Amino acid sequence: MFLTDEFRLKVGLAEQLKGGVIMDVTDASQAHIAQEAGAVAVMALERVPADIRKEGGVARMANIEKMREIMEAVSIPVMAKARIGHFAEAMVLQALKVDYIDESEVLTPADEEHHIDKHGFKAPFVCGARNLGEALRRIAEGAAMIRTKGEAGSGNVVEAVRHMRAIRQQIKHLTVTGRDELPRMAKDLQAPMELVEWVSREGRLPVPNFSAGGIATPADAALVMSLGAEAVFVGSGVFKSQDPERRAASIVKATTFFSDPEKLLESCADLGEPMPGLDVASLDEGELLQTRGW
Amino acid sequence: MKIGVLALQGDFEAHSQRLAELGAEPVEMRYASQLRKVQGLILPGGESSTNIILLEREGLWDELLEFAREKPILGTCAGAILLASHVSNPPQPSLAAMDMSVERNAYGRQVDSSIRTIEPEPEFAERTASGSLEAVFIRAPIIRSIGPQAKPLLRDGEEPILVEQGLHLAATFHPELTADTRLHKLFLDKVRST
Repeated sequence: MFLTDEFRLKVGLAEQLKGGVIMDVTDASQAHIAQEAGAVAVMALERVPADIRKEGGVARMANIEKMREIMEAVSIPVMAKARIGHFAEAMVLQALKVDYIDESEVLTPADEEHHIDKHGFKAPFVCGARNLGEALRRIAEGAAMIRTKGEAGSGNVVEAVRHMRAIRQQIKHLTVTGRDELPRMAKDLQAPMELVEWVSREGRLPVPNFSAGGIATPADAALVMSLGAEAVFVGSGVFKSQDPERRAASIVKATTFFSDPEKLLESCADLGEPMPGLDVASLDEGELLQTRGW
Repeated sequence: MKIGVLALQGDFEAHSQRLAELGAEPVEMRYASQLRKVQGLILPGGESSTNIILLEREGLWDELLEFAREKPILGTCAGAILLASHVSNPPQPSLAAMDMSVERNAYGRQVDSSIRTIEPEPEFAERTASGSLEAVFIRAPIIRSIGPQAKPLLRDGEEPILVEQGLHLAATFHPELTADTRLHKLFLDKVRST
């Protein structure tokens, strides 16, 4: 499946975004700020996750006019979110020609059992994952990019760290697992044997692995990059902070220079207040976004 | 042979892998001081606007202009846009190391990206090896015109997709995303003869 031209093009765009920051934006002026700050792509949505969390109700695909406005405002790729399992929203986004579709747990799921058959689309998809099994199930369905789910809209990086470490550790484990034990691993991971064998052999995911969910500061971005993320999604972290322009540019800098302490210090100075954070442990099970999807 | 790969953002790892396969020593470049230690430089695919912002912000722009006057550069996709003398859709600053005008995202958006089989111009085949070449275009630019000093080495129909001018090479596609290392080999040959 990785060798079809269509899939290679989907992964190819993800490759171009590596080392960059993808920022959530709700209108053209935010998109412009993100591009000027050095974002590699923007994610067009109606409300940032922190507002979805606060306001509740059903969160759907963004308004078409808003997305068009954002696509016209910037020259970098524009992504947009569809609800889990909502293949009709995804069809609309593909027809709109958004560059990447995020089948996202941040929106209210439309199907509690099935994800979108992403192979059926020409537009590439990114999906969230909390562990290797979930990542491989999404890839089997056709996702060309994986991102950690983290806990969106929380301003708390702990879940993104948990998910990135889990994926990395499970991959490492697979690389030292004997062939005879791989079928059992596939069963435990609830993932297709073909993909489990691939990961065991190559020691990485077959598609780029980015990080999302709770990244609010330049240091957060550097942390997940150091843990193996290949790029960073920032949702509410930019536009819910005191000084979005400055924070956006600083997160970009920290993502590029994640292993350089001096550059990190520069990126963390004079930033103003970050978005308010939530203690994820204090959230009820029903308030968690990461448990959406399977 | 030490070859720098600009690593501020983009698919620099893929370039490093291709270089390593050919026995060169790739150096991921994030600081101006590193430029003095390499014999050639690759500007990878990625977002050209993001790379311009980072080059300017991190004080690499002027050093890069100076490097371009003395040593070979290979630019792919976003890298080719950086090398061009004129950029449209939208207009943006560039290193102007090659006399050509490029239009960004000229095929359209991601759903208009494609992989195409290209029959090389005789000179490209002569300098590398014969046989068709697979070109991966991702939100790619189109070279709309080239100056008298610039020479097309690969074309897709009428459009030049690999151009050589003096020390430099610019490709609108992504040779780093295929197993065909001819273009990287051609670049290393240029570095060796500089």
